[in-house]
Amino acid sequence: MLAPAILYVLALVGAPFLLAFVYAVGDVKVGSTEYHFVGLHNFASVLQSPSFRRALRNSIVFTVCSQILVLVGGNILALVLKDAFRGRRLIRFLVLLPWVAPVSIGSIGWKWILDSLYSVVNWMLIHLHLVPEFSPPMWLGDPTLAMISVILVHTWHVLPFATVILLAGWTAIPRDIPEACAVDGAGYFRTLFQITIPMLLPIINVALLFGIVFTFTDMTVIYILTRGGPYDTTQVLPSLAFFTGILGSDLAEGAAISIFLLPLLVLVAWRMLRTAHRAEVG
Amino acid sequence: MDAGGRSRRGRRALGTAIRWGILAAFSAGLSFPFYWMLITTFKRTSDLYDLKNNPFLFHQPPTLEHLRLLFRDTLFPRWLWNTAMAGTLVVAITLLLALPAAYALARLTGRWGERMGIAIFLTYLVPPTLLFIPLSRVVAALGLQDSIWSIVVVYPSFTIPFSTWLLMGFFKSIPRELEDAAMVDGLTRFQAFRKLIVPVSLSGILTVVIFSFTLVTQEFVYALTFISSASHQTVGVGVPIFLIRGDVYYWGSLMAACLIASLPIGAVYNLFLDRFIAGFTFGSVK
Repeated sequence: MLAPAILYVLALVGAPFLLAFVYAVGDVKVGSTEYHFVGLHNFASVLQSPSFRRALRNSIVFTVCSQILVLVGGNILALVLKDAFRGRRLIRFLVLLPWVAPVSIGSIGWKWILDSLYSVVNWMLIHLHLVPEFSPPMWLGDPTLAMISVILVHTWHVLPFATVILLAGWTAIPRDIPEACAVDGAGYFRTLFQITIPMLLPIINVALLFGIVFTFTDMTVIYILTRGGPYDTTQVLPSLAFFTGILGSDLAEGAAISIFLLPLLVLVAWRMLRTAHRAEVG
Repeated sequence: MDAGGRSRRGRRALGTAIRWGILAAFSAGLSFPFYWMLITTFKRTSDLYDLKNNPFLFHQPPTLEHLRLLFRDTLFPRWLWNTAMAGTLVVAITLLLALPAAYALARLTGRWGERMGIAIFLTYLVPPTLLFIPLSRVVAALGLQDSIWSIVVVYPSFTIPFSTWLLMGFFKSIPRELEDAAMVDGLTRFQAFRKLIVPVSLSGILTVVIFSFTLVTQEFVYALTFISSASHQTVGVGVPIFLIRGDVYYWGSLMAACLIASLPIGAVYNLFLDRFIAGFTFGSVK
């Protein structure tokens, strides 16, 4: 009964996974059936290319910054959402929309909000006299602002997911523990940082692991908002692999770029196995 | 009333105010793009592109022109249909393969069922951006390039792992004695599964249906890679990539499309949220 499911997944995940390595050490191009083994040539050429190094650096910045924002924001939001109150269901729905709506669709919404001419964000900033009227920020046209924009939009997208996972942790903390601390004279923030957050660490770990996978390997927000531009300044590893391997028809080099996603994924998978194992034993 | 009581009450009021402030800021910020889609959808083009106007207000009466254009002159209805069809087929394939697998794993004795379940779950973490290049060749070899069938075949590769994992959790909570008793009464294991297990786990099955269907609407990378013609696309790629003529963005229609493609899915997903989360946390919260 297990076999069909396992075979299906092996054929469409396992086999392409191995093929990715085969491609990365060969010279496959779109439209040719020849294959020659070239060893580590593709990896060497990728490592020397400035656009790859920039994409690797951007991927790290993109992942680290958005995960910090997500963990801080997600915990604050989970903390205020955990107790029942009137209107909680409606607020939960509003807060969840960025995660449940297709991310490509949400991103195009942001493209309109950050438009170079009709941006509503700029309209507000201008009317609050925070930016000059005749040279408002070019959110997607300036290298630094473009990076900030894609980080913020991606954070917007994954924050709700982290929040609901963290919420599961926050609601599982027995009420009497913080109360006992308060009786013993510990202040709110002392209880928060010395008791509550340490108790939450396992669930923060789970939220972070998923967050890293969904951020480090995704290119949707970047593809739609900037296409990696201006001048590759927001290019990340997955989008570079797409432009090289699919649009640029260099399958071998594209595959080699994607393989650089793997070390982090292995690390995440290993941490997840440990978490699952602990839940199984504990 | 002594001073201590008053200050405690004052502090509590302050706490409530801060809490509502945070809630208001987050819900406004996170839902803002959808609110903005709504406003843009019903605004006349001349109103949208007048820089002197306050963009939050309607300076001319609202219009249905953008919606009319969207449904009459674009491929949007086609994309909705493609998505619905691909979604239904993917759900069918997923159920067909994940149900028996999950049942088998749930009934395996010892720790092996759990471990294999986790192994299957982990394949869900292998990202499309690692597999899309070789898969584009596989899809071409199967003769499915530029066809909606490419995603019908490929999507179950990530819906099956997660669905198997979720269903396994459901089946485990059903006592084994239920089938044992039925099998003593002369039913085969398959009959017992169909007549006893499936009816009591309907809510779990429905969760998997919703989850798989929403994943089909949300996926972007594979559809972008495998399908090149606009008319074969799903909503998730069609709207952001092909609803633009030349370099011109029809923002009114575009935002109308975004609104229609996101709100219903959001509403349905919201209903089943708690179950998905249970699947993601590996029981590390109980």
